This record gives sequence, C-alpha cells and structure tokens, in this order.
Amino acid sequence: MTSLVIAEHDNTTLKETTAKTVTAAIALGQPVHVLVAGQSCAGVAEAAAKLAGVEKVRVADDARYAKIVAETMETLILSLAEGYDALLAPATTNGKNVMPRIAAKLDVPQISEIIAVEGPDTFRRPIYAGNAIETLQAAPGKKVITVRTTTFKAAGEGGSAAIESVAAAPDPGLSKFVGEELSKSERPELTAARIVISGGRGMQSGENFHMLEKIADRLHAAVGASRAAVDAGFVPNDYQVGQTGKVVAPDLYIAVGISGAIQHLAGMKDSKVIAAINKDEEAPIFQIADYGLVADLFKAVPEMDEELAKLGY
Amino acid sequence: MIKVLVPVKRVIDYNVKVRVKADQSGVDLANVKMSMNPFDEIGVEEAVRLREKGKASEVIAVSIGPAQVSETLRTALAMGADRGILVKTDATVEPLAVAKILKAICEAEKPGLVICGKQAIDDDSNQTGQMLAALLGWPQATFAHKLELAEEKAQVEREIDGGLQTVEISLPAVVTTDLRLNEPRYASLPNIMKAKKKPIDEKTPADFGVDVTPRLRVLKVSEPEKRKAGVKVKTVAELLDKLKNEAGVI
Ligand SMILES: Cc1cc2nc3c(=O)[nH]c(=O)nc-3n(C[C@H](O)[C@H](O)[C@H](O)COP(=O)(O)OP(=O)(O)OC[C@H]3O[C@@H](n4cnc5c(N)ncnc54)[C@H](O)[C@@H]3O)c2cc1C
Ligand SMILES: Nc1ncnc2c1ncn2[C@@H]1O[C@H](COP(=O)(O)O)[C@@H](O)[C@H]1O
Repeated sequence: MTSLVIAEHDNTTLKETTAKTVTAAIALGQPVHVLVAGQSCAGVAEAAAKLAGVEKVRVADDARYAKIVAETMETLILSLAEGYDALLAPATTNGKNVMPRIAAKLDVPQISEIIAVEGPDTFRRPIYAGNAIETLQAAPGKKVITVRTTTFKAAGEGGSAAIESVAAAPDPGLSKFVGEELSKSERPELTAARIVISGGRGMQSGENFHMLEKIADRLHAAVGASRAAVDAGFVPNDYQVGQTGKVVAPDLYIAVGISGAIQHLAGMKDSKVIAAINKDEEAPIFQIADYGLVADLFKAVPEMDEELAKLGY
Repeated sequence: MIKVLVPVKRVIDYNVKVRVKADQSGVDLANVKMSMNPFDEIGVEEAVRLREKGKASEVIAVSIGPAQVSETLRTALAMGADRGILVKTDATVEPLAVAKILKAICEAEKPGLVICGKQAIDDDSNQTGQMLAALLGWPQATFAHKLELAEEKAQVEREIDGGLQTVEISLPAVVTTDLRLNEPRYASLPNIMKAKKKPIDEKTPADFGVDVTPRLRVLKVSEPEKRKAGVKVKTVAELLDKLKNEAGVI
C-alpha cells in the first residue's frame, strides 16, 4: 500500500519539515503521496511534486484550509485514509495538533516523534526527555506517525509527481480560527538554522537579548531560549528549545547563561557542536559542551561581537 | 455552570535523572520520586481558578494507573479539586486506551470542559487530549496559553511554532495546557488535611468496557548516545578560533 505525508506550509512555501518527513516515509518502503491542504496553494503543491521519491501530490484547495484547524483537517484526512496504510506528519505544533485525532478515529495508537525507521513496522522514539530511546513495533494495520524532523535528511529535488485535486471535506463547525500573532524575524527559523545561539535566565532581560541578536546576525544564526527566559518574558514562547519546546540540531549551538537542565538538553543535545558560556564552572551544560567558556556573559558576549567583527563576520 | 474534568497522570518527578535498566526492558522506577505530571498541575490550577471565578461548578480529577495514583489524586484535591475518580490498573495504559476510559467518564459525568496536560513527561506522547476530543466528536484547543470561558464557548490562545494563535471553540471541548497558562499553587497544609476527606471513587478499566492491552510492542528501551564533555577554553578569542579552525562550524 501507500504512505501519505501531510504537508506543512503557509500557502506559499513548502516547509523543509515536509521534505524531511518524506524521507521518513520513504524508509517505510512504500510509495509516498503528499497531501497539501490550503488555500491558493498551487505553488506549494508544485514544490511537493518536485521532491524526489514522491509519487503523487493531492491538493485540497479551499478557504476552509487557509489555516490548519484540527477539526477540519480531521475530516479531510479521514476522507482519504482508506487508501493508505501509513499517515505521517512532521512533529510540529500542527502535526501534534492534528494527527492524534486521526489515530483515535482509526482506532490505532499514534507513534509520536519517531527518530528512526528500523523496519516497515518498527520505530525508535525518545522518551523521558530523551534520556531513554524506545524501540517499538506496531501491530498490523494503519500507522499514524509524527516525525522528529531533525533526525531525517530532507528529500532532495528531482521528482515529478502527478498533482491531483481532492474535494474538501465537511467542516464540522466546532472551532474557528480567530487570529494569530506570529514572531517576525529576518533570521533563519530556529529548527532550520545552521547555527543557533540561545539565552537563558542569565540574560536577565529581554533588552539584553539584543546582544545575542547581534551575534546571530553576524553568523546568520537563529536565536533561541530556555524555558526560564521565556517564562520571565524576555522572549516569546516560540523561542523555547527543549523537551516541551522546539527540538533543534544545528551544526553549532551556543548556550549563553543556560544551566543545562535535562529538559533543555532534550531539545539541543543532538547539535553537532555545542559551545557554552556560563559563569558557573559547575553548570551541567559543560558536561555536554564541546567548548566551554567560564565567564560572565555580560563581558564575553560583547567581546565575541568585537572579535567576530575583527574576523570579518 | 459547567463541570470541569482534569485527567492527572502520576509520572517520574521532573527532577529525577532516569536510568535505563540493564536488560533494556524499560527505565528503573524502583524507589524514584513520583509526582503529578507538571502539565496536569497547570490543568488542575486552571480548573480550580474557573470554579473560584464562578465559571465552573465542580472540578473532578481523574487518574488511571496503579493504586498509588491515589496520591496524585490527593494532590489534585489538595490544590482544590472537589472529588476524584481512580481507575485502577497495573497494566501500562497507552494514550488511546486512556482516551477511551476518559470518554466513558465524560459520557457519565457530562463535563463542559476537559483540561488535559499537553504532554506527559514520561512517554512524551502529546496525544491523549486530542484523541479524547476526536472520540467524543468535540473541538480541541491544544497548547493553551490563555483560556477565556464564555457561555457555550471558549477563546483560547495557543502556543504554536510561529508564535501565538487564537481559536474559538464551542463547548463541550478539550483543552490541553502549555507552560505559560498559569503558575500552579502549592497545596497548603490545611488544604492537604481537607483533601483527605474528599471523596475518591474507585473504578477499573473493565467498568468502562475498555480493553487496555497495549497495541505497541516495546522491543527494547536503550540509552541514548552519550555526548562526551569537551574542553574548557580560556578566552573568547580561543573559543572563536576553535569554532572556526578546529570544528569548522563558523
Ligand atoms: C514540565 C517541564 C517542562 C520543561 N520544558 C523545558 C523546555 O522545553 N526547555 C527548557 O529550556 N526548559 C524546560 N523546563 C525548565 C527546566 O527544568 C529549567 O528550569 C530551565 O531550563 C532553566 O533555564 P535556565 O538554564 O535559563 O535557568 P537557570 O537554571 O536558572 O540557569 C541560569 C544559568 O545562567 C548562569 N548565569 C547567570 N548569570 C550569568 C552571567 N552573568 N554570565 C554567565 N552565566 C550566567 C547561571 O550560572 C546558571 O547556570 C521544563 C520544566 C518542566 C517542569
Ligand atoms: N494514566 C493517565 N491518567 C490520567 N491522565 C492521563 C493519563 N495518561 C495521560 N493522561 C492525560 O493526558 C495528558 C497527555 O498525555 P500523553 O498523551 O501521554 O502525553 C496528560 O498530561 C494527562 O492530562
């Protein structure tokens, strides 16, 4: 049978998380289709059709899909589910919102945030904030899966899948999108950036995060934060890296004024290189950092800015 | 006025460093501190506030698990929940089965709102609330940052990857909590004493006709790859030099 990947997009751009989820789907060893639900999203469908390994793109283009609302996505995906034995979405807030509804209606468990496909029915996923890795085997039948995209490479281009439109499904009218307040930034997205610099409680204020932004701009990095920094109101919620925030795995992660609680490490310990700046030499973050600098961040960060300038960044 | 149902899960305390068992059958839970799932504390707090504001008539806490989950229920009662329902089982209950039990309880209790945690910090599944909503045919607002209850509907601000999103849902509904929804209170000693007298109803999954046999087979539970601690550098210049010339990441 076939696997269906639910695309993540903003009606204009197909998110890289989709290409990574396609890679996980391909590992299941069956043909892969992609569902693009949106409004005026033809460009997204074309981008999905170019992903290597995708056989067909199915597009539901309708005003009711302009924003992803779990209840409307449920009826759409269920209207298509019969033809598929695996349904996959990236483990983003959208995927996490929608997919368990599908699993429940199909009467199967959801396999959340897989980090590896070991076989057509066997998967690995982190539990306990990544302190243990579970290997699971699903019972025969349909599989509903969310994918931790940091551990899968994005499918490349070169595909030429057929694009087919599908009918919109009834809107159960249970909920309504009212509005959203999106963080605007010229910097790369946290989960897609090659370099991430994050600040913690040690930053002391939102104002002080500008110091990190300056470094981020020199290095084309994204800015992240610990829960403590978000709770204190220094930065918005979407900056949070960790077990219950975003998971990132950049080439370089720089932790500034972050102690290194397990919940934070859960979101960044798969980074290729980790650097930490902390004034407490006993801070747990140093146990996993490749490069540790014991220093007052209010001295070290401005100095880093100057040094980078000298080096021509 | 509506009743509010709050499912509370007993999990390993968030401060405990978990250890994987040598035979890879699971994690070692012997003699470790257990607590209420932190997201569920936020759920209980939100429900109790709704009752205190006169927007809810009663707060019912539910926990599914071994006999010891009664302690978790007592904590919820000490925080202000009015009564508890203990669904006793020694089996590992997967989220889908939890959702089915909760569905049966909702059909009996008819709450206007169920407030789940967004995620249990042991299995990190993040699915029970959504499953419950789907099984009941109810709307959901996951990852709630702010909840405003009106008659027959609620407006919920949700924490999403790009920032915040507001949805309006009709009641009855399921809401799942995110970290910034509120700061849970500590139970005071008098309230802990009072909680001892609050009723807890005891049930089993069979009472609700739910088969809790796991659908997923855990083949093994292993240690994650360990990172080695690296080196300490003395200066910012040295740090940048290492990042550039040794690691090649800037
Ligand atoms: C249910 C739950 C979920 C959670 N989810 C997450 C999550 O997803 N992500 C997350 O990050 N946390 C999460 N946490 C919180 C986590 O347990 C920690 O409380 C949090 O990560 C601590 O943040 P922090 O390191 O910024 O603050 P702290 O632990 O207070 O550390 C601050 C650090 O800054 C250093 N410092 C202070 N001043 C300076 C200075 N001038 N120069 C240099 N260093 C300085 C200090 O030495 C200290 O090490 C969660 C907790 C719970 C209970
Ligand atoms: N055994 C349980 N007893 C009571 N509530 C539970 C149980 N398991 C899960 N829940 C609820 O569902 C939420 C999400 O859990 P999960 O889907 O496992 O991440 C938790 O925060 C609880 O509110």
